[in-house]
Amino acid sequence: MTSRLPTPSQTVGPFFHDCFLREPMDVLVTDQTPGERIRVEGRVYDGAGEPIDDAAIEIWQADDAGRYRHPADLMTSATDDGFLGFGRSATDETGAYWFETIKPGRVGRNPEDAQSPHLSLHVFARGLLDSLVTRLYFGDEDNSLDAVLKRVPEGRRSTVIATPSERDGRRVYVFDIVLQGDNETVFFCTR
Amino acid sequence: MSDPGAGSRRDPAVFPPYLYEGYRATILRAPSKRFVEIPETPSEVTGPGPALSEVMAEDADLTRNAGTEGEAMGERIIVTGRVLDANGDPVPHTLIDIWQANSAGRYRHRRDQHHAPLDPNFLGMGRCLTDEDGAYRLLTIRPGAYPWPNHENAWRPAHIHFSLFGPRFTTRLVTQMYFPGDPLHDLDPIFNSVPTDAARARLVAEYAHDVTEPLWALGYRFDFVLAGRHGTPFEDGDHA
Repeated sequence: MTSRLPTPSQTVGPFFHDCFLREPMDVLVTDQTPGERIRVEGRVYDGAGEPIDDAAIEIWQADDAGRYRHPADLMTSATDDGFLGFGRSATDETGAYWFETIKPGRVGRNPEDAQSPHLSLHVFARGLLDSLVTRLYFGDEDNSLDAVLKRVPEGRRSTVIATPSERDGRRVYVFDIVLQGDNETVFFCTR
Repeated sequence: MSDPGAGSRRDPAVFPPYLYEGYRATILRAPSKRFVEIPETPSEVTGPGPALSEVMAEDADLTRNAGTEGEAMGERIIVTGRVLDANGDPVPHTLIDIWQANSAGRYRHRRDQHHAPLDPNFLGMGRCLTDEDGAYRLLTIRPGAYPWPNHENAWRPAHIHFSLFGPRFTTRLVTQMYFPGDPLHDLDPIFNSVPTDAARARLVAEYAHDVTEPLWALGYRFDFVLAGRHGTPFEDGDHA
């Protein structure tokens, strides 16, 4: 008989690349995807400030209308824009990862629980015995009313807000992930 | 902030803490600050799992999926089981990815320096979907144990890496399956980072003679229970 005890996590280890990257998943968009094209990029660092060259980042996001491609999203409309909203990128030897995607819309139906545009992230790496969960918010959005961000101590909020810039006429958001230390990224739990 | 170490983000009686000093790579990678607890919003109760379904039948046979017409060396095994949610209900049509060392304990990976042969007929990765009842079945070879630099004479017990999505963002699970009776379990800090005997037992497959196929392959059963609340999405008043 199967026990109801949940299956514990273990580290992804250093040898996940062929399996995790068997098809490229760092480009989430096609020419047809509605929404503002953006690039998200950053580096992953350990507690000594060294880049981590064997991490993998997964993102999950809504489309430009704030809808998730999932049966539980009651807002999913009849129109299907073909956007999955899932991406994965492994860090290179400089600790860098990147995604080409669109900026998601606001999630939530009512003003009181509307969430600012954000990406949800899982971080995997050798040495992480479970994935870490964080969010990426956008520095050029009004993030003042977001219910999740309000729970983050004010002094640490900047660690989950990506810095906007322009490059070759395109919006780029820089989001570094620091696993440990003074500038440690805020990680979430939903226990 | 001088919060204590971050422990685990899920049930600490089941999930390993991030900081487990016996596994040296955790020392500089474990968060040191407290996790911020958040409600389950639409971002957490959705997830990519239901939309990820692109598999081909041959992906479930790691003994022949290298595209070489040849068959992988090693002890052929069947790994089968079910994926259940926290309520004990099956998780149908969910993606399972696996990767593993070959029978000599070597990964096909540029960073694997173990002095053991590569097998040209073994990629060491495969995938499948669960069926209507949450059941899955994979054919592979038993991976070898291999040395690693964590401490003097450190060896990883034979294991297969598993990656599952489940129905939600919060049910995402990456773990490792071990084999019963392996004397290396007691010596392995990664296995022993799981806090209790009962929780560690969840990571050890059961030899299943009813799965073993005569003159063909040994059978192992390995079930999953994905952690996380599984109420009807959006039923709570504090999100949606």
